[in-house]
Amino acid sequence: MDFGKIFSDGVREALGVNAAAYALAAIGLNVQYGLTGLLNFGQVGFLLVGAYGTAITVKETGAPLWAGFLVGILAAIGLAAVLGIPTLRLRADYLAIVTIASAEILRVLAGSRHLEGFTGGPFGIRGWAGSFYDLNPFSPGRYGAGKVSFDHNTLWVMTVAWTLVILASVLVWLLKRSPYGRVLRSIREDEDAARSLGKNAYVIKIQSLAVGGVIGALGGMVIAVNFQFTNDDFWLSPFTFLMYTVLIIGGVGSVIGPVLGAMLFWFVYQSLDSLLRQAIHEGVFGDVLTSTDAGPLRLAFVGLTLMLLMIYRPQGIFGNRQEALIDDR
Amino acid sequence: MSADATTNGAILQARGMRRAFGGLVAVDVESFSVMRGSITALIGPNGAGKTTLFNVLTGFERADHGEWTFDDRDVSGWPAYRIARAGMVRTFQIPKALARMSVLENMKLAAQTQRGEGFFPALLRRLWCDEEARIEARGVELLEWVGLAKQRDDYAGTLSGGQRKLLELGRALMTNPRLVMLDEPTAGVNPALTEQLLDRIRSVRDEGATVLFVEHDMDVVGSISDRVICMAQGSVIAEGTAAEVVADPQVIDAYLGERHGEAAMPTSEGPT
Repeated sequence: MDFGKIFSDGVREALGVNAAAYALAAIGLNVQYGLTGLLNFGQVGFLLVGAYGTAITVKETGAPLWAGFLVGILAAIGLAAVLGIPTLRLRADYLAIVTIASAEILRVLAGSRHLEGFTGGPFGIRGWAGSFYDLNPFSPGRYGAGKVSFDHNTLWVMTVAWTLVILASVLVWLLKRSPYGRVLRSIREDEDAARSLGKNAYVIKIQSLAVGGVIGALGGMVIAVNFQFTNDDFWLSPFTFLMYTVLIIGGVGSVIGPVLGAMLFWFVYQSLDSLLRQAIHEGVFGDVLTSTDAGPLRLAFVGLTLMLLMIYRPQGIFGNRQEALIDDR
Repeated sequence: MSADATTNGAILQARGMRRAFGGLVAVDVESFSVMRGSITALIGPNGAGKTTLFNVLTGFERADHGEWTFDDRDVSGWPAYRIARAGMVRTFQIPKALARMSVLENMKLAAQTQRGEGFFPALLRRLWCDEEARIEARGVELLEWVGLAKQRDDYAGTLSGGQRKLLELGRALMTNPRLVMLDEPTAGVNPALTEQLLDRIRSVRDEGATVLFVEHDMDVVGSISDRVICMAQGSVIAEGTAAEVVADPQVIDAYLGERHGEAAMPTSEGPT
């Protein structure tokens, strides 16, 4: 087996656009769940409105791409308001139910034939991100070292995406160390206590949902711009749970956790795929597995990893172990 | 209203307050007042509606009807956070320590009108670092006062039950309240710590705040309260000094059951 290839495949994905987009999505979740304790099970919905908000604006109105991005961001804020205003007065579980349902509703709407003129239905929307690549400062060619290299367009998306990851991480770091972050954590710990001390928990929770949602929407835009395309299949609900996986691997509540969690997730995910494919190709598993089994198998491995983490290292890689072990509600 | 002439001395005044859960009338209080600068104990058998009254007054539970004023301001139906900001701060029967925050962070959270609690100001440290230093100094001072200075950097979740009660008291005081409402401050607290707690409660009053507290231990009630209000089955049945209330036959009935083998309490005054 070619372990060099397995390793370089992993590294390529760990640095790639997907890892950056997952990192953004997980950073958003970290604001909502890690800092504020909001169980948002529909983060993928925020990615969806980011992607579609951009794509539809550009495609329908001919507006420049930056205006599309702005609409995508506003759409995420709007979604946070629509989800948060009715549910955040209720117990925490209701937000989980409403968010997972509305993410599905949005996805089904996006793929609906009735809205085909608008969203492209199952065929999606393409050909709206061209102006992003016109700004590409890298001259055509391949960049990288050894077996890990990217073409100039991918490198351009990566540059922008990882810049966004850094900016979002700095934002979370600034919030976390501030009195505002303290209020967020107090709501996570005990909302009634926060209210009894004069904190308007309701408004702060909506803010947190919106901030995390906007960061998630940036992730959605990154994915859509990278493919220069979006359709409903991009935004399946299990995606949200992969984001949670990333967050838990990295460490819930830590600033750098979701970023390194995303990189590690993609490294393992991709090198495992490489490994399985090679092993199957070389007949290691005989007739038991065929190459189409590699995909589902690596997903099963993700589930297994998540279980082991929860049992043996609940704080993830960068989380605070002491904090993770305190549980006295 | 002419009745207001008599309310000058009251910091908290409620009228016609009622709260029912389905058919169960938890609170049905004609009139309820707490005198400014007093330590007032709220007693009553289990299920008398003391905690529900607390919850309604502090905005944690809706009243079906009724109005109440705090410091001559109508605060009926205000949400909990606004009541707290107005200076009426409560603690909980089961203390709500913010477990995965340090003891000092618990205290700092409670300071009011913090500039750094706004989303945008939070991003610029220089806008709130002076304020934060003042808050921290005050928090440390109060922690020393409640006797938790040594635990300041521990997670609040590692404190014992009694220490949590102390933390809650300190945290409530951190808001600079004019009325502190303590729900069973001594429940689950060991005797030595109870003494310390009562001592602290007395000095809260001596420094000008008003204290209203729910209590079951009559020794505690007798030793620190200026006034006692007794509730039973949702209503106020007696009011006065500790000695007066304890001697009131209605109070004795409420605790020990009605005399002469009359019908059991819940049916005699059940909902109509």
